[in-house]
Amino acid sequence: MSARSRGLVTEALLLAAICAFCVFPFYWMVTTSLKTQVVALQSPPAWVFAPTLANYVEVLFEDKVGVALVNSIIVAVSTTLLAVCLGTPAAYALARFEFRGKTDLWFWFITNRFVSPVVLAFPVFLIARDLGLRDTHLALILMYLTFTLPIVIWICTDQFRSIPRELDEAALLEGASQWRIFRSVCLPLAMPGVAVSSILAFIFSWNELLFAYILAPKNAKTAPAMAVTFMEGYDVPYGKIMATSTLIVIPVLIFALLASKHLVRGLTMGAVK
Amino acid sequence: MTPKVSRLTLAAFLGPAVFALAVVGIAPMLFAVWKSLHFFNLTKLAQQKFVGLDNYAAVLTDPVFWQAMGRTALLFAVSVPVQIAIGLTIALVLHRPGLTLWKTLTRLALVLPMATTYAVVGLLAQVMLNQKYGVINQMLGWLGVAPINFIGDPQNAFIAVILWDIWQWTPFVALVLLAGLSTVPPEIEEAAKLETKSNWTVLRHVQLPYLIPSLVAVLILRTADTLKLFDMPFTMTRGGPGSATEFIAILIERVGNRQFDIGMASAQAMIMLALTILLARLYIRLFYREVR
Repeated sequence: MSARSRGLVTEALLLAAICAFCVFPFYWMVTTSLKTQVVALQSPPAWVFAPTLANYVEVLFEDKVGVALVNSIIVAVSTTLLAVCLGTPAAYALARFEFRGKTDLWFWFITNRFVSPVVLAFPVFLIARDLGLRDTHLALILMYLTFTLPIVIWICTDQFRSIPRELDEAALLEGASQWRIFRSVCLPLAMPGVAVSSILAFIFSWNELLFAYILAPKNAKTAPAMAVTFMEGYDVPYGKIMATSTLIVIPVLIFALLASKHLVRGLTMGAVK
Repeated sequence: MTPKVSRLTLAAFLGPAVFALAVVGIAPMLFAVWKSLHFFNLTKLAQQKFVGLDNYAAVLTDPVFWQAMGRTALLFAVSVPVQIAIGLTIALVLHRPGLTLWKTLTRLALVLPMATTYAVVGLLAQVMLNQKYGVINQMLGWLGVAPINFIGDPQNAFIAVILWDIWQWTPFVALVLLAGLSTVPPEIEEAAKLETKSNWTVLRHVQLPYLIPSLVAVLILRTADTLKLFDMPFTMTRGGPGSATEFIAILIERVGNRQFDIGMASAQAMIMLALTILLARLYIRLFYREVR
């Protein structure tokens, strides 16, 4: 074997190791979810066994994980839609108009990325309690705007900037209003950015735990908060926990792969192009 | 040409977003500042009163708070250098030409850990690290290592959190650094590779200057995220055993949500927020000066 091809083999092995490192926990999660409690509690753990879907049936219909997943979908979809409706006009203004305090405004939008939810959770808990919003979808939908709105604004501003200004100017000469230019000319062209930011906003809302855990303990309980409750008690049902985890993680992984090129951009909020 | 727009148009475009973020982002924060100046415990509402800066004084002299801060700092100090070292290695491998399909697949695999619901990552740790039934101990057994009680032992639980943090965030660091590597102009990189055979020299003198912005970004974001870290250790250990993995966000959650002392929790949260802002500014100053 020549030195070059040996180098290639080493590199391929390294890549395979990286992939295995990233993917193995998911493999283990899915296989454990297909084990009965008896198989899950084998020591040493079994790699080959007869798979069963009993855990899924049980968590979905008996343990209300199904309800929690529906809550998660309601909250994540609503907050994403709301963020897009509020965020795209703002992003358009940041991309196209000059005004005083623009940099400060921009900076304020982005710094929300750094604020820990634990700073906001308790005051919001008190406010929500007084307004009768505790344990409602609405409370979570609104609080998730603290991260979905900045992400939409940030990604869409970039997208609007990439649309040639000549289009706006031509429409302006035709007598179109700013709002009409935004609605009918630029927004349709900015759809890729809207799609990417929606996917990211959905992923981040879907994954959120702290607000959900504190603000929605019962009726509006989301799937991650539901998964936490399984760990309480002595007899830890491994198969059921992993079935719930699989149900929670599959949608985000699909979305993450769809937006794989942009996920890092979304997590860094402009710190990296 | 910059279109001049009336204030009314500007307000129509920006107003809703600004208003919404002010209501959900700023208002609760101001309310938290106000509450942090009070004795405010949900189980002792009758004793509610204004105490000025007493909560802050109590937090700053509270060893439990500083221990949690210390733990958070230790987690950061151990896991971030490892993430940068492994991440940079992965980025350099992916940056090399050739094996394109493999590299595309690897890049897709790298996206998975950081997208995974953080709470589920903690649950996975519970299952995989169990002393008796866990697959990690089985694998260690193949190497001749006796089963380790990862979750039940204070020191091991801390190590387990570090390992899991490294698993989830190394791919992120790798992809950020890979983006940084692609900002090196190809002709400069080519020229340097003709000059020297040492990959290290190329890295140190050609690629590193272009990597500084990415490294600063990694430091800032990992600092903020470590201070925010709640979901993964919470589902994994609940901050235990004892308080071995009680990081700052978990401590604040415990004081506010399980001890109902919202005044104190708010003071802690404010101090943490101030620290986050301070550190972010410090990094930008320290590193960007070098580039200029």
